[in-house]
Amino acid sequence: MIELTIDGVKVKAAEGTTVLEAARETGIIIPTLCYHPGLSAYGACRICLVEVVKGNRSSLEASCTLPVEMGQVILTSSERVKKVRKLIIELLLASCPNSKTLQDMAASMGVNRVRFKIKDRGCILCGLCVRFCAEQMRSGGIGFVGRGTSRRVATAFDVTPEECRNCGGCEWICPVCEKACMAGNLIDGLCGACQNLEPVETCPVCTECSQSVGPSGHKVY
Amino acid sequence: MKKLSSAADLERLRKRILSRRDSEKPCVVTSVGTCGVVRGSGAVAKAIPKALSSLKIKHLVDVRTTGCHGFCEIEPVVVIYPERILYQRVTPADVPEIINETLVNNKIVERLLYVDRLTGKKIVNERDIPFYNRQTRVILDNNRLVDPHKIEDYLALGGYSALCKALFHMQPERIIAEIKKSGLRGRGGAGFPTGIKWEACRNAPSPDGIRYVIVNADEGDPGAYMDRSLLEGNPHSVIEGMIIGAYAIGAHHGYVYVRHEYPVALANLSIALEQARKYGLLGENILGSGFDFDIKISRGGGAFVCGESTALMASLEGKIGEPRAKHIHTSVSGLNDRPSNLNNVETWANVTPIINRGADWYSKIGTNGSKGTKIFSLVGKINNTGLIEVPMGTTLREIVYEIGGGISNGKKFKAVQTGGPSGGCLPESLIDLPVDFDRLTQAGSMMGSGGMIVMDENNCMVDIARYFVKFLTEESCGKCVPCREGLDRMLDILTDITEGRGTEGDIELLEALGDLLKESSLCALGTTASNPVLSTIKYFRAEYEAHIREKRCPAGVCKALITFTIDEEKCTGCGVCLKECPQQAISGEKKKTHTIDQSKCIRCGLCRDSCKFDAIIVV
Repeated sequence: MIELTIDGVKVKAAEGTTVLEAARETGIIIPTLCYHPGLSAYGACRICLVEVVKGNRSSLEASCTLPVEMGQVILTSSERVKKVRKLIIELLLASCPNSKTLQDMAASMGVNRVRFKIKDRGCILCGLCVRFCAEQMRSGGIGFVGRGTSRRVATAFDVTPEECRNCGGCEWICPVCEKACMAGNLIDGLCGACQNLEPVETCPVCTECSQSVGPSGHKVY
Repeated sequence: MKKLSSAADLERLRKRILSRRDSEKPCVVTSVGTCGVVRGSGAVAKAIPKALSSLKIKHLVDVRTTGCHGFCEIEPVVVIYPERILYQRVTPADVPEIINETLVNNKIVERLLYVDRLTGKKIVNERDIPFYNRQTRVILDNNRLVDPHKIEDYLALGGYSALCKALFHMQPERIIAEIKKSGLRGRGGAGFPTGIKWEACRNAPSPDGIRYVIVNADEGDPGAYMDRSLLEGNPHSVIEGMIIGAYAIGAHHGYVYVRHEYPVALANLSIALEQARKYGLLGENILGSGFDFDIKISRGGGAFVCGESTALMASLEGKIGEPRAKHIHTSVSGLNDRPSNLNNVETWANVTPIINRGADWYSKIGTNGSKGTKIFSLVGKINNTGLIEVPMGTTLREIVYEIGGGISNGKKFKAVQTGGPSGGCLPESLIDLPVDFDRLTQAGSMMGSGGMIVMDENNCMVDIARYFVKFLTEESCGKCVPCREGLDRMLDILTDITEGRGTEGDIELLEALGDLLKESSLCALGTTASNPVLSTIKYFRAEYEAHIREKRCPAGVCKALITFTIDEEKCTGCGVCLKECPQQAISGEKKKTHTIDQSKCIRCGLCRDSCKFDAIIVV
């Protein structure tokens, strides 16, 4: 077993587990978007960043891909981590404002403004659908096409391939199309329903219970 | 040709090659690297044998075509050995005169000589040209002596002797110790100590013992082409370094990942590999040592991000070229999940001289933290455009003014951008900065692969930052959010600023996004992508503020913020600008002051460029 410290708590984890898994096992919540316990880690959304302290220096690493190491010191919600997460959520909201998952996360983190122009792309390119299709359904019917801002999820040549069995798994796992935000109007990229102008005291909406509830109850941001 | 089966065989072959060569025999050298070819050196090279034949002196003169010599500004270059007489900007029509005068009549063709910019004197000998004689050419020098299509040329210069030394007189651990002692750091950008990387790869467990050595030749920085020149001009220097590295690491498979846009490099490398195989320098049982190693070439598809180690290996495996988290280094688990050692072209080319001349010799060159020489491609608003090789620690001033010959058209130096699109812009106040890995990083830039873009007073730094961010936005793989979305938003903000829509708070938002990219991106493309923005804000903040607050572009570049007018006192009414204007925005009678119709003007600047009286004012 490997011993490490997460938010001051001594944690034991089996070799090969990631910091995210070790934290969740202990009941420490790290928010995620592109992670799913049933799929391979991808490390793209960067929401799960944690601060890895090494002596006087520290760096931010994605906890979903970071393997546990003996003596590691991890901070999951330091000021530095929170600052980065908030800006990432702000960027994601500006490119995908109609996702309830994102709006909830923004609210729970106390993001109360979006300073960027809204360019609704309807997808955050988390790759959950692509990995679900390949790893769970053993299909590989969808994949990424293009790069940079023109990157998108598509089937080959935009034709429904034989591999697709219409299982609907891609839609089911999508954090955007699964739960579209129902609020009528967005105010500066934020949905009016759960918008919090001040950082919240307790998590107002339990997005995914298994992820957001630890032994001490709701996570306070 | 017989396969060489021992070190003694190689030495015998070398002696035989040298016995057939006469260093006093005249030799006409043309450089036909990519830079030379685009300026017509191919036709010049073809004209030389013809001219020799017509004078019936073909048997008395050797002819050699080589890769790029480095001084791209004066291509096509013809150099006549043994005297090393250099003729610049040669056309095929000049060739008969060069041959007849220089080789038959022993006279110099004065009009084709290089003229020194400072003294105005004509220089005959290549060695006396300041551009060359202020450099320390350890890696690049052989480019002028080697025909890349002939392994014999490389062997004649002592080629593959370092390989013999390594294979027969050094244990792999000794080689790694030597490389570590030399202080060689990776030339691809990050500057990781090469010896430590090799050691990690050698010691990493591999389930089936397979290890890989890979050359990163996916050189994509705008304005950087040192790797191309090395592969085109002296491919064997890279191959020899690779074999030594493979022997030290215990690898039997090598790859060269070369970008598709380098067809000449690809062709020359393929020929070199073939020749090395025929001589038994590659393949099974190299030189009878019992060590097997071969190299395959893999061509990149044109993605900048594939220069990143994990993206490159994904691409080699046939997957989408996008990076992965590097908590486990590629030297432990890289290509096909095996230990893989990736080094840049120039790093591999440094191995041979280190093994030949020793780590002690090598570590005397350079600064405390950065050893050896570094090749830079000096481009932009500079008089002497070209490839230069200088010891680490050479100051920017020496590079720009002494080797580079100063700023073109007598303009004022403003900044130099080092390290490609992810590097930073260094202002005039840092002109005495010694260039090495650590000093550049401290100054907010980086070594990168060694691009150096010089800018003058007519470059707008906001526009430059916008250009590089646009490049990176297009080249980001799009996997991680900070790089994909952050760069896109930075580009939006920078575009707004350059088009007069900047608002208070934009600079702070750019800084916040820049820090986000640095802190949270997945790979080095993202973590360094904000350097052009952050460094220009750091050193040229006033220029940003002028754009935002006064809606003014001090350098006169951003089209939305400038107007072209005609100075009544200077305008002679010659009518040249009137004819040049593609919009017919200029009117005026002959010999009377002309005027520009602002509603039609598209601010292309053609009138300013055509005016001989400096009468066009840009505000």
